[in-house]
Amino acid sequence: MIQDRIYNSQMECMDPEVRRKLQGERLRATVALEYANVPLYRERMDKAGIKPEDIHSMDDLKYLPFTEKTDLRDEFPFGLLAAPKDQIVRIQGSSGTTGKPIVSGYTENDVEVWTEMVARSLSAAGCTQDDIVQVCYGYGLFTGGLGAHQGASRLGAMTVPMSSGNTQRQIMMMRDLGSTILCCTPSYATYLGETIREMGLVPGKDIKLKSGVFGAEPWSEEMRVRIEELLGIDAIDIYGLTEIAGPGVAFECIAKHGMHVNEDHVIAEIIDPKTGEQLPYGTPGELVFTTITKTGQPMLRYRTHDICTLYNDPCPCGRTTVRMGRITGRTDDMLIIRGVNVFPSQIESVLVGINGVAPHYMLVVDRVNSSDTLEVKVELTEEMFSSDTVSHIEGISRQISEQIKSVVGIAAKVSLVPPKSIPRSEGKAKRIIDNRKI
Amino acid sequence: MFIKQVSVFLENTKGTLREVTQLLGENEINLLALSVADTSGFGIIRLIVKSGDIDKTLEILRNSGNIARVNDVICVRIPHKPMGLSEVLAVLEENNISVEYSYSFCRSTIDDAVIILRPSDKVLCAEALTKAGISLVSHDEVDAF
Repeated sequence: MIQDRIYNSQMECMDPEVRRKLQGERLRATVALEYANVPLYRERMDKAGIKPEDIHSMDDLKYLPFTEKTDLRDEFPFGLLAAPKDQIVRIQGSSGTTGKPIVSGYTENDVEVWTEMVARSLSAAGCTQDDIVQVCYGYGLFTGGLGAHQGASRLGAMTVPMSSGNTQRQIMMMRDLGSTILCCTPSYATYLGETIREMGLVPGKDIKLKSGVFGAEPWSEEMRVRIEELLGIDAIDIYGLTEIAGPGVAFECIAKHGMHVNEDHVIAEIIDPKTGEQLPYGTPGELVFTTITKTGQPMLRYRTHDICTLYNDPCPCGRTTVRMGRITGRTDDMLIIRGVNVFPSQIESVLVGINGVAPHYMLVVDRVNSSDTLEVKVELTEEMFSSDTVSHIEGISRQISEQIKSVVGIAAKVSLVPPKSIPRSEGKAKRIIDNRKI
Repeated sequence: MFIKQVSVFLENTKGTLREVTQLLGENEINLLALSVADTSGFGIIRLIVKSGDIDKTLEILRNSGNIARVNDVICVRIPHKPMGLSEVLAVLEENNISVEYSYSFCRSTIDDAVIILRPSDKVLCAEALTKAGISLVSHDEVDAF
């Protein structure tokens, strides 16, 4: 059993009423910052007839306008910065809803806030300076790798920046270094566990892992049991998104029943996705975040489109923050495939950009050997059949696949299918078949 | 100089080849030659029909929702004996012409073998073969087989 250490007990175990007051003060400051520096927020607040002075406390949060992912796309790259560009020390990004990525600019303060949030998460998973943390999230614009890295370094742990892929090398290093904490996606953790078993290695003897902090994609209790059995560890959930900071926005403690939201840095709300009305704790709805300590690209009421429930009943760990349950779905058609956010609209924008390709497509997602697969079925047109050689047809598939890889950042198998073979439905087209059993 | 070939794109699933051949058969279209190129995901069927049937074949295929096209291929008549085909291919090689695919007629009323070639460059190919004394078969001749 790992020992859950509360990294910042002053903030994490604060009296909820006192915290709510602190959140109100920080919210007020953030709103003033946005209004003064970000034209989009100023326009929206003016339109809604709200001045920064109208925001006194948490009770006024509900009057603020929402922010959407499309706003980040439309204002790409620097339109939502609340700080001068010379104060931005980092850019992180993820895929947007169409071809364009979304980015977030971090001031030194924001990197610090993010690092603290991840440090709290890892500390809850038992991480100390005695640990060896193997980070197998991708390093780059994606927040997974650098986020985990910064958090582990903050705790003084020996941090191993493996990045993603090359399973044999991951396992060799894990074994030789004696890594004790693993950071990656839950599906990759399962794959690592299965491979370790196939190689005949024994967790506890050859593999020294004691816990793992897994996120970037939804998972289930069944997957937790499987990972814990395969690797002989405690598997801990972590949640985050680039728009808000990155991983660490919320994290599980060893009680493993809900992820504690870092409420001194972000405010979590649940709203009715149709009406936008706030919903009480215990009621499922759309998760909305407001950052209250960031200065580079703060977000007011950012709609995640993730569906979950918030709980505020006491947790045995001693933290007093609200907890979010597992993400049970989406209010839009976003898919998370191997930790990458994928929107059907991104695939569509790729297809319409290629000559002769009709936007009749279907995405088939599956999980094979613990790894997500994406197949894009595209209907062939007369134009695409301009030559009847196999190499020509395969060349088109390859071209589409390469474009998807460069725009969406994920490898997809492209299958060309006969015309009219993809069902046309009345109204909203059914574009996704998700065969994964998570 | 060339003969017309009809190509159809099909998904590589059970029954698709039978469906297409049945469809054409029910419409009294006889297949003079046929080749199937298959990959794990899709297949391309190439057909030779009588010249008078080409438009009808295309129409039937397209009306039933298939993607089909017509293109020119080379048809050569070669002695039905060992080395017959390799001598033709040697001519192409000497002229730097590659073969994308090739197949032969199901049957004919003549003793020679009849081979269909899809070369990288059909004009060059026709010239090279004619120069080498290899006789090209026209679609009219095909109709008479």
